[in-house]
Amino acid sequence: MTRTAVATTRLTKRYGEFEAVRGLDLTVEGGETFGFLGPNGAGKSTTISMLCTLVTPTGGTATVAGHDIVRERDEVRRNIGLVFQDTTLDGYLTAEQNLRLHAGLYGVPKSELGDRLRQVLDMVGLWDRRGSKVNTFSGGMKRRLEIGRGLLHSPRVLFLDEPTVGLDPQTRSSIWAYIRELKQAEDITIFLTTHYMDEAENCDRIAIMDHGRIIALDTPEALKASVGKDRVRIDTDDEKAIALLAERFGLEATASEGAVTFFVEQGEKFVPTLFGEFPLPIRAVNVARPSLDDVFMSYTGKTMRDAEATAGQRSRETIAKLRGMRR
Amino acid sequence: MTAVQTAPVSRIRVPSRSVAGELRAIKIVWQRELIRFFSDRLRILTSLVQPFLFLFVLGTGLSQLTSGGTGGLSLRTFLYPGILAMAVLFTAMASAASIVWDREFGFLREMLVAPVRRSSIVIGKCAGGATVAAFQGVIVIAIAGLVGVPYAPGLVLGVFGIQLLLAFTITAFGVMMSARIKQMQSFMALTQMLILPLYFLSGAVFPASNLPTWLSVLNRIDPLAYAVDPIRRIVFSHLTLAPAVRQRLDAGMTWGSWRVPTLLEVGVVAAIGAVLLAIAIAEFSKTD
Repeated sequence: MTRTAVATTRLTKRYGEFEAVRGLDLTVEGGETFGFLGPNGAGKSTTISMLCTLVTPTGGTATVAGHDIVRERDEVRRNIGLVFQDTTLDGYLTAEQNLRLHAGLYGVPKSELGDRLRQVLDMVGLWDRRGSKVNTFSGGMKRRLEIGRGLLHSPRVLFLDEPTVGLDPQTRSSIWAYIRELKQAEDITIFLTTHYMDEAENCDRIAIMDHGRIIALDTPEALKASVGKDRVRIDTDDEKAIALLAERFGLEATASEGAVTFFVEQGEKFVPTLFGEFPLPIRAVNVARPSLDDVFMSYTGKTMRDAEATAGQRSRETIAKLRGMRR
Repeated sequence: MTAVQTAPVSRIRVPSRSVAGELRAIKIVWQRELIRFFSDRLRILTSLVQPFLFLFVLGTGLSQLTSGGTGGLSLRTFLYPGILAMAVLFTAMASAASIVWDREFGFLREMLVAPVRRSSIVIGKCAGGATVAAFQGVIVIAIAGLVGVPYAPGLVLGVFGIQLLLAFTITAFGVMMSARIKQMQSFMALTQMLILPLYFLSGAVFPASNLPTWLSVLNRIDPLAYAVDPIRRIVFSHLTLAPAVRQRLDAGMTWGSWRVPTLLEVGVVAAIGAVLLAIAIAEFSKTD
């Protein structure tokens, strides 16, 4: 078997005029935890749907566990585990019944099922609740059960589409603890999407996606190092400040989320200079080591939240356009 | 938090595709229908309300007007075969509707991404719906004594067989529709619009002979009529009736002046079921 878990070549998906994924080139090695990071509407879910054979690409090719996602759909499905953004459990069945159903659909050998069931339920901490109906579970428990179910048939690649979306911070961190433990227990490749920057730190490598393209791909450390400089945010008179910063200090600043942001080496030392020479009143200042959000910002010139706002705007416009076409 | 360090690294096992695997998938989807049905006692109860309402309330009330017309036979006994079909009709449709719920609650996706043929899932679903509906049918068979119908083995088995077949066909019809109709509200509206006309036209509540031409034609093209008629034939063959009364109430399905044999009627229901099932499988096998 090939050690390459996922490989795509010019993978593309368009819906009418809208190009959701634009020529994606990507290789994920076996055993990696690979993160897809980007705002809502960047094309992450569409990419995952294509890799999981739920959506047919309109261009390019891809293989998962060595199988072509279009020509060998069933082979791909047998090799992957899938945890969707929305829950796909049967709430009227118990946790164990849900898992048994999954085992039946995925052909887990009956002789191994008992042990595997115990192993998986232990791993996600739900063994004691195996006889309870899923309807009685909290959001975090459901999510954990789904992750366990995705693993039940021992897939080579586990796809997690926004595994922690809609969960409270405490549950989010416990889900991540389970995912990390899982990496120890299973010989598995994890491919996940998230729009939480802090979560992406858990990945071996990250691809940052925006507007259907990968704009940066590396380890979280390398990505942060590529920014190199510290981020300084000041609360001041935006437009004049941007011009002044360029003129006096040769800095390229952007305005977002009601503050002016720029990157500078040794930010702490720069602040006194700034206060000494800057003619406008500064109401607040914040200096931070580069985060993944800064990486995103340095590549796109906007924060993730801004990007989500425009993505939302874009999809509303697309919908409006489609409605118009129908009339 | 539970630790997993004790667990050894699991090796990857990728199951291979096989006929046994497909059969297992059919079985598991079928089982799920049964588990869900039997854990929902309210549903078992409510789906029995309508048949009993027709049989005892309508049957008793209307008999004041029709005592002459049934030649001494209780109207409840006359209605009974139609009620046997009705019990199955409603439950099978409700089972098929569950696929629409499955879609709304996301569970359908879990089934559709599984590495099994879509046909296995559709067949499992239809078989499950048929079993559940036939179970309701058995409850109605069980009350035969209350309306003066004897518990003869031939009657029970014959009626049950036809109920099972009818249930399968109706579920296949519902599943086929659910491939296209994705909202529960639309699905409910459509089934409401279809079920009652199908039921009334089938001759379940009146004899299908000596009808005006338009009604007679509609009756002949109603698939349900081909299940109601053989059920009535079996039930009536176990009743002692004056020949004239039998002729009037159980004239049977005719094409022109030709009395359609029971086997052919059953064959019609089976053939329609097979075609609907094939369409349902084709519909569910499509992807975006």
